[in-house]
Amino acid sequence: MKTSSGIENLISYGPVPGDGAGPPAPERVLFPPTFSVSEIKNKQRRHFMFLRWKQQQRKEKLALKKKRRKEREALGDKAPPKAVPKTIENQRVYDETTVDPNDEEVAFDEATDEFAPYFNRQTVPKILITTSDRPRGRTVRFCEQLATVIPNSHVYYRRGLALKRIIPQCIARDFTDLIVINEDRKIPNGLVLSHLPDGPTAHFRMSSVRLRKEIKRKGKEPTEHVPEVILNNFTTRLGHSIGRMFAALFPHNPQFIGRQVATFHNQRDYIFFRFHRYIFKSEKKVGIQELGPRFTLKLRSLQKGTFDSKFGEYEWIHKRREMDRSRRKFHL
Amino acid sequence: MHSDDVVWSMLGNRQFCSYKMTTKTQNFCRNEYNLTGLCNRSSCPLANSQYATVREEKGRCYLYMKTIERAAFPRRLWERVLLSKNYEKALEEIDENLIYWPRFIRHKCKQRFTKITQYLIRIRKLTLKRQRKLVPLRRKIERRENRREEKALIAAQLDNAIEKELLERLKQDTYGDIYNFPIHAFDKALQQQEAESESESDAEREEEDEDDEDVDKREFVEAEDSELSDFEDMDKLETSSEEEQEEEEEVEKKASHSKWKGKTPLKGPARRKRPYIEIEYEEETEPSTKTKTA
Repeated sequence: MKTSSGIENLISYGPVPGDGAGPPAPERVLFPPTFSVSEIKNKQRRHFMFLRWKQQQRKEKLALKKKRRKEREALGDKAPPKAVPKTIENQRVYDETTVDPNDEEVAFDEATDEFAPYFNRQTVPKILITTSDRPRGRTVRFCEQLATVIPNSHVYYRRGLALKRIIPQCIARDFTDLIVINEDRKIPNGLVLSHLPDGPTAHFRMSSVRLRKEIKRKGKEPTEHVPEVILNNFTTRLGHSIGRMFAALFPHNPQFIGRQVATFHNQRDYIFFRFHRYIFKSEKKVGIQELGPRFTLKLRSLQKGTFDSKFGEYEWIHKRREMDRSRRKFHL
Repeated sequence: MHSDDVVWSMLGNRQFCSYKMTTKTQNFCRNEYNLTGLCNRSSCPLANSQYATVREEKGRCYLYMKTIERAAFPRRLWERVLLSKNYEKALEEIDENLIYWPRFIRHKCKQRFTKITQYLIRIRKLTLKRQRKLVPLRRKIERRENRREEKALIAAQLDNAIEKELLERLKQDTYGDIYNFPIHAFDKALQQQEAESESESDAEREEEDEDDEDVDKREFVEAEDSELSDFEDMDKLETSSEEEQEEEEEVEKKASHSKWKGKTPLKGPARRKRPYIEIEYEEETEPSTKTKTA
């Protein structure tokens, strides 16, 4: 093996017609069947041969595709149905708590749970947003922006007060929900959402927080109009109750003039929050423009009463060892 | 004979004592029976054969005493007395036990006892308040969750989902009379118009098979593909197509602008339309320039 000009020595590896010393590969390169690229010791040559092998594979794949498509067209109506690719959503393990829209038991439960007064229009949501002790700049700004997104919400500083003492005071002042944003190392990383007159408390892990100025191509500030709410993909019972929790944050009568929409989209147990302004260009076309902060939530625990970490009755806790075993099993 | 002065001159005064910690300003004594914590002739438990300390164990305070009579029996050297929980009573007990002892040791014992009770009170107060629990982050798990979140974000196709939902709501008449779109009539005509004029402002899509695009658009693409492979071109096209839509609302302009992310081939029809529209613009702006010069 001469090591002087690596490319020329490739001739010994198989018939390469018309290949002088140039990189562009010829049309049909035949690799002998026992040839393996990894056996070449020289890195430069090995890399070159690997690229050629890759090109050849791609060509073969394309040719195969074309052939198959021709066959499909030739068969016309008798062609077998197209194969659906497997996705994680397709392969999801069926959850027995999936809510059927016509389920009476679920409907009855929802008529009598803690959100019933909200959904019967008896209460108007009033939200208190606060943080953990000593919030830093980013968290404070995020709280402010969150307060602009959620109508009828107030931001109060924590000042070292105990949550258990705050909660009765909030109830006395007619607040319906409490949001506590937990901070670690100057960035918000947790969210506790508590429905107040002893409603459920959900604890989330928050990630990918983007403030308004970090969002590219954003619009102007959100206005005071009440936004619409979109809840996507909350299928199981647990997901359903979390979805209702989120819906209970927003007043029931969205002002369509404002053309604002807040979205909670659940995908593989991650809840993505986005806030957009939309416009209907036609009946088939809508344009959306992102305003407002965005963040992702992942549910860690759901507790029956208000916030009580020691003696609370937990409806659902994320147990890592049990629940993270399967990649196809989701709980929301 | 056990002489304190000898012990002190050997150990304390020089650097031989293993309990001695020197710093720039002071010398400390790490001996657990030391009364003050400093390395002095009067505070050294090794160099004083008659010595006393106060120490606390599990919230209760004890008075430890050492006398010269027991100097030969290390196991029984330190005598321990439990002090009462009542502060004043305990002080009296210290006085009682250390009667006839040097003033320095008595005083320092009482001072130490006071300090200990103060910090015990503080501990009890703090345990009643909220205690912050630090939960360690596991690096592997954090990384796994971040990766899964990114993949979930890609799989979610949020913009598409939101748009679909909004269109659904429009169809189901939740918006009432605000928007006057003829929903079922003139469908096909509208579709054709939109395919031409608004194919460039389509929603972002993932990389998909070309099979998924409409047949009409397909024809345009294949004709124009070679010209529009440059990304620099895309910038120019963006700005010019912004001009196109200046007449329309700001929101729409921004929304459509945000859609032109990766679809260079779809600029084909825009390119064909642009000369048509630009001509209109030139007509409009020409008179204004004329007036300015004049």
